Amino acid sequence: MTTPAIEAQGLVKRFAGQSRNVLNGLSFAIPRGQCVALLGPSGCGKTTLLRLLMGIEQPSAGSLRIDPALAGHLSYVFQEPRLVPWRTSLENVLLPLELTGTGEPERAAELLRQLGLGDRLNHFPRELSGGMQMRVALARALVTRPRILLLDEPFAALDERTRFRLEDLLLTLRGELDLQYVFVTHSISEAVYLGDRVLLLDTQGQMSADEPVGLGVRTQELKLTPPFNAHVRALSDRFHALEEPA
Amino acid sequence: MTAMLRERLPAWLFLAGLLAVWELVVSRGWVASYLLPAPSDIWVTMVELRAELWSATLSTLSSILWGLGASFAIGVSLAIGFFLIPVMRRAILPFCVFFQTVPIIAIAPLLVIWFGFGDTTVRASAFIVSLFPILANTLTGLEETDPLLRELFRLYRPSRWKTIIKLQIPSAIPYILAGLRISVGLATIGAIVGEFIAGGGIGNLIDSARTQQRVDLVFAGVLASSILALLLVLSIDLLSRLLMQRRPYMRSAR
Repeated sequence: MTTPAIEAQGLVKRFAGQSRNVLNGLSFAIPRGQCVALLGPSGCGKTTLLRLLMGIEQPSAGSLRIDPALAGHLSYVFQEPRLVPWRTSLENVLLPLELTGTGEPERAAELLRQLGLGDRLNHFPRELSGGMQMRVALARALVTRPRILLLDEPFAALDERTRFRLEDLLLTLRGELDLQYVFVTHSISEAVYLGDRVLLLDTQGQMSADEPVGLGVRTQELKLTPPFNAHVRALSDRFHALEEPA
Repeated sequence: MTAMLRERLPAWLFLAGLLAVWELVVSRGWVASYLLPAPSDIWVTMVELRAELWSATLSTLSSILWGLGASFAIGVSLAIGFFLIPVMRRAILPFCVFFQTVPIIAIAPLLVIWFGFGDTTVRASAFIVSLFPILANTLTGLEETDPLLRELFRLYRPSRWKTIIKLQIPSAIPYILAGLRISVGLATIGAIVGEFIAGGGIGNLIDSARTQQRVDLVFAGVLASSILALLLVLSIDLLSRLLMQRRPYMRSAR
């Protein structure tokens, strides 16, 4: 059996000063190449799980194991673009390379061109739309050639048209860059569209559902088909049956 | 253009009215001209002694720039030092408040004893009064970096020095410029007070004019120093605007 890319056993996270666990004994394994959506009500620990994966937070108990071959190749996209305001698009994408002192600087401009920002290399974030800023953030996360991309509700603040375009862009990048991703979302439809599998967390920070999504090739038209909607409806029923957090 | 005129016109009209009343009061003999010379007399004095005024202004300007330059270099370096080494901050910062609270006129004689008459004392005086705002503002700027950006940087585990150079200093630039704007006015005061005691520049010109009962020349010196301070503040504003136009240095990522 091949080593999973990510494996969690009895994962618990409790923040200092809090009376309850944010994550409460989560166990799951994600095989190499699989893309996973993390879904759940607000406050159920989705973002915390992603931050544990990235190493921004440490687990309080349990274990979290990343395949050693992939461990140094994780990248993170925050909820908001979080661009450095005084750096141009290109300089923002170059930032991880400057800070780590590694990588290929020529890849930064190449990635921005690939993401349709070839004519915005020298623009500052304030001169870009929300969708463009998010694409710069995506390029910044990709410049280090990650094998696993972690995305925290990356498209939540965007209008629907931009969101659909970026969803398709992520799918294209997955194919082109041999990338797997784990992403947090509030949108059931987005989880089904972008994920090979959806993990639904409940308000206690426990796994409520672990649903594979076998839909084949993704295009936006897929969202109008009965199998897609059946997945969405099934997940939606389980999602809405969850208690609201106290 | 019309909006700007509407904004500025009242101030210019007020100034013109004030000068007219002042001229009238003196020319009618309601106030003795040896106490309050007429604006026209001050203007004549300024034109007559323009060479002396110009040379005194240049000398004061030079001392201000030396003092301010030293404050900038030492203030920013100390702030970075305090930021990097908290124990250094706790040990030294309380005593730096001395620079903010010291009445410069009280220690100027001490500076003369240490540095003698001349430029060094004047520059030291400008430095002492202008150091604290730059130091305090830079330290605040370094400490108030956007936590979201700090978290972004932590993802890449950079060295402390790289974080300072690429995040903390750029995000402190608006604070440093604000400190510089306060300090430039203080450095002007410090330089002129220093010149009163140690000689040279506008301060010495005003002091000599006072001993000769040349109230018109005192006014000319005061006016020259005010214009100088105003131009320096405007220069800092212009520098800030140019810098911000080139790169939008700001604290927050949002």
